[in-house]
Amino acid sequence: MRIDGNGLINRAKPVSFQFDGTTYQGFEGDTLASALLANGVKLVARSFKYHRPRGILTAGSEEPNALVTVGHGGSQDPNVRATTQEIYDGMDARSQNRWPSLAHDVLAVNDLGAPFLGAGFYYKTFMWPKAFWEKLYEPIIRRAAGLGAISGEPITDKYERAYAHCDVLVVGSGPAGLMAALTAGEAGADVIIAEEDSLLGGRLLSEAGEIDGMPARDWANEVAIRLNAMSNVRVMARTSVTGAYDGGTYGALERVGHHCEMRDGLPKECFWRITAKRTVLAAGALERPVAFQNNDRPGIMMASAVRAYVNRWSVAPGKSVAVFGNNDSAHDTAADLLAAGVHVCALIDSRPDATTTLDVPFYAGAQVSGSEGRKELEAISISRASGTDKVQTDCLAMSGGWNPTLHLACHMSGRPDWDESIAAFVPKPGMVPGLIAAGACNGVFSTAACLGEGAGAAVVALEAIGLQADMPKMPVAEDRDYSISPLWAVAGKGRAWLDFQNDVTVKDVKQAAVENFRSVEHMKRYTTQGMATDQGKNSNVQALAVLADATGRGIPETGTTTYRPPFTPVAIAAMAAGAEDKGFAPERFTTSHRLAVKAGAPMIEAGLWYRPSYFPVKGETHWRQSCDREVGYVRNAVGIADVSTLGKIDIKGPDAAAFLDFLYTNMFSSLKVGRVRYGLMLREDGHVMDDGTTARMADDHFVMTTTTAAAGQVMQHMELVSQGMRRGMDVRFTSVTEHWAQFAVAGPKARELLNGLLDAPIDGESWPFMACGDMSIGGVNGRLFRISFSGEHAYEVAVPARYGESLFAELRSRAEALGGGLYGMEALNVLRIEKGFITHAEIDGRATAFDIGMQGMMSKKKDFYGKGAAARPGLLEDDREQLVGLKPTGVVKQLTAGAHLYRDGAEPVRVNDQGYLTSVAFSPTLGTYLGLGFLRGGRARHGETVKMVDHLRGIETTCEVCHPVFLDPNGEKARD
Amino acid sequence: MIELVAKPPCEGLLPVTIGTVTLSEPDMAPLTLIAPMKGKEVALAKAMQTAHKLEWPEAGATSGANGAALVWFGRAQALLVGVAASTKLNAHAAVADQSDAWARVVLEGEDAREVLARLTPLDMRDRAFPVGATARSEVFHMQASITRMGADSWQIIGFRSMAATLVHDLTRAMESMAARSQR
Repeated sequence: MRIDGNGLINRAKPVSFQFDGTTYQGFEGDTLASALLANGVKLVARSFKYHRPRGILTAGSEEPNALVTVGHGGSQDPNVRATTQEIYDGMDARSQNRWPSLAHDVLAVNDLGAPFLGAGFYYKTFMWPKAFWEKLYEPIIRRAAGLGAISGEPITDKYERAYAHCDVLVVGSGPAGLMAALTAGEAGADVIIAEEDSLLGGRLLSEAGEIDGMPARDWANEVAIRLNAMSNVRVMARTSVTGAYDGGTYGALERVGHHCEMRDGLPKECFWRITAKRTVLAAGALERPVAFQNNDRPGIMMASAVRAYVNRWSVAPGKSVAVFGNNDSAHDTAADLLAAGVHVCALIDSRPDATTTLDVPFYAGAQVSGSEGRKELEAISISRASGTDKVQTDCLAMSGGWNPTLHLACHMSGRPDWDESIAAFVPKPGMVPGLIAAGACNGVFSTAACLGEGAGAAVVALEAIGLQADMPKMPVAEDRDYSISPLWAVAGKGRAWLDFQNDVTVKDVKQAAVENFRSVEHMKRYTTQGMATDQGKNSNVQALAVLADATGRGIPETGTTTYRPPFTPVAIAAMAAGAEDKGFAPERFTTSHRLAVKAGAPMIEAGLWYRPSYFPVKGETHWRQSCDREVGYVRNAVGIADVSTLGKIDIKGPDAAAFLDFLYTNMFSSLKVGRVRYGLMLREDGHVMDDGTTARMADDHFVMTTTTAAAGQVMQHMELVSQGMRRGMDVRFTSVTEHWAQFAVAGPKARELLNGLLDAPIDGESWPFMACGDMSIGGVNGRLFRISFSGEHAYEVAVPARYGESLFAELRSRAEALGGGLYGMEALNVLRIEKGFITHAEIDGRATAFDIGMQGMMSKKKDFYGKGAAARPGLLEDDREQLVGLKPTGVVKQLTAGAHLYRDGAEPVRVNDQGYLTSVAFSPTLGTYLGLGFLRGGRARHGETVKMVDHLRGIETTCEVCHPVFLDPNGEKARD
Repeated sequence: MIELVAKPPCEGLLPVTIGTVTLSEPDMAPLTLIAPMKGKEVALAKAMQTAHKLEWPEAGATSGANGAALVWFGRAQALLVGVAASTKLNAHAAVADQSDAWARVVLEGEDAREVLARLTPLDMRDRAFPVGATARSEVFHMQASITRMGADSWQIIGFRSMAATLVHDLTRAMESMAARSQR
């Protein structure tokens, strides 16, 4: 119910929103939780396992109960905490984990079965029969238990990732955070202050106290204004720092579009990676509940949350409120309620020596031992040595003390210290390098002490990064002692909740201990305490205290579970932002890409490159028709293919030739200027890394080509050799892949075509096979290489990339005029298989030069990379799998790549395996399938018949082993 | 004689203005990668000074004169931008024409730095990355050269073949920033 008062809401701006189909009104500044409470809505959720009615417990991101789903379809967000969700006009929120409705939930029957549903129930019950778990039990359990769901539709919201850098990162903006940011900002440091709330101030926004004689929240507002005015301070509101990582890097989630209607282009969330030289952790503290019988009813809330609703949002969470605590801060709640004119029906303090000056029914040395009501709290039982009283109330504010929010400090595996005086864990200095904890998260709770620690931490941070820093003049604020007497669980029968989100009770934790799950990590996994979206923020310390008690150990010996990022949930969409659709990976396009797409060519990917598979013409219904036609162009007329994607590396320097001699197995220093040579490169282990041609443009200048997808690897390899193995060599190299658009012009009419284009025509004498050099076309200087990957008379012509599209179009029309045309990757593959040329299908990383029949290319006259390893025993044996050609001879005339080879008549099982096929193609030139593959001792078995079995596709045939070069074995066609 | 038509890397894609930021492609200019040969660093610096009035840049730095710039481009190399390299450099360095290898774009405007912060992990605060500073780093998924040309102006050089992706990624970040600053 809304009350008078000066809460931080804008009463001039009403906001209308829906919850479970009902329209409600709130005000600008309201969260969904405060607005629902203002409208008297207390039942907002059903619990995870027992489907018990649940209300709002907290006023912050630690909320375990009040999780709702906001939005629809591709914009639907499940498990949104009502306590952090700001309302906006038209917002539609729905409760979760209930059917058919929140008020009448069929699965609430689970609650009646509670005696059977304790810790470990599923593990013990659904064991047999084994196969039923996955098919039957688990789906049913998952349906019954659970949180919200995603819609299953493709996401329509935009998310974002970003980087930020600063000298000092301040996490949190309560009194410690504000002082830290102010001190660091005024010293001239680059500061980022991240606050998960929409406003700076932290607890100050919710407390009634004063700082420097003004209301604390006004002071916070003044500091916020000063910080916003500093150009070196970046204020990041609605930003939760979620994780601490190496090197001063922090993950942070900014809620950019959750609090407003989504606009075009606006990201919903942004995942930040913030790099900071120093970090001040000022994350505050979280109030912890007390476990007593039925402490989970709607209307039972944290005492600090009740204060927050009263002071910040001018909402009374109940008409007649009881307050229960074990420390002084609970008394503030009673005082603030009274000040706001809300009836306080009882103040219960578990400490026998507690006193109060407040005019309320006061119970010292008493405990709340039970509650009544179903969908709403109706009464509580107050137990004292003298007996038990029942008090009517619709809201209980409870406080079991405070846990410092030390999560980030523990993200790099550090374990916190137990501080007996405040009955809580506190961070140890140095748990995260460069991180200094200050204020409540460091275990100091008075406002004055927090202000002081914040400023002090900033001074330490500033000095560490070499900035002059002085302690600022400290504002005047309350400096009361924090007096607490630990109270984890009230003794008594019945279920007392520890973990509201996972429905874990005191009994469950004790049961875990009885069943010997005594380690806190085991207890957690057995009971599921501390899991799901709140990660046990409200329950971890109490649960381990109960476990400590049950196992007869102290709390420090029992220890905490591991704190892991993220501190608050992060949408996967935020972490993967931008990586969908076109953002998945860069697309590399050749200069002919536009024309190839226009010609209807389907694209295939080679590395990041897009290359045309084939160029269909009218009437063709199958890729093979196009492919066969394109092969015919090259064999009979002239074909054009874009080969720009092959890696091109420019190598220069007096030692360029010697460098290549070391890189390649064969000799390059003997190559004449103006000539090209094929070369083979090995890895350190003596296996083939890559092959390609290298052209000598001048004495000290070579141009190497690499396989498309291996260009980066070869470049890295060259850096390794140059920086590591051959440091003394004077050689420089750089990739020029992108500078040149390069086209294969292949076929008997290749020279005829080129001579119509080149400014200076060529002939067999000026440009023989394997010649290279400069040329020009229409005055544009380029390069011409007479090399062939098809076995035909062929060239590769290169011009600067800006002319690529233009030259491609020209080559195409001229080829077509000569009875040829474009060919794609499919035809290119057929052509090279007919000729027995290898690709990375053959040199797949396991093949040696010996295996592919190129042992003769391993020079005996010089050292080369991988030489020693290539000569190891076993790598030159006759029974190794060696490259062979294969032709089908059986009834089935099809060969398939990946199929395995067996002796004819042998059973096709693993132990009889003789080899496999690496590449196959239907050769239109020879009218048969052709295959390349590896066969045990294959070079000596030409003419033999072997059996091919493709176990995956169910294809079996026999084939004849032959030489891998099927066409023009003497290479006459390329040389004419 | 046929006439080949030149086409710049980002033709048809740029310029784009979204919010306060404009992404454009300057006219294609000569780009030459220059890497000093062993022990020729001093001689090359001198020749560079004589030929182009340009200082050889330290790592992460650039130098400029008469509309030309020398941009540090990685270990022991720099990219000469805007002027054809003098042949006198050849005696001291490996010189490779890269004019067509790169897509060179300029991102400028009030929010340009924030747009880049969505794509590159570089620290681009004034102190860490003043005008004239350069780095080889990531622009989202791709490697690029990033140079600060002015207070709100950045030159980004990426692979020519990836020009469409470069424009896509930058445009997406520009849209994000524009939508944010509408608030």
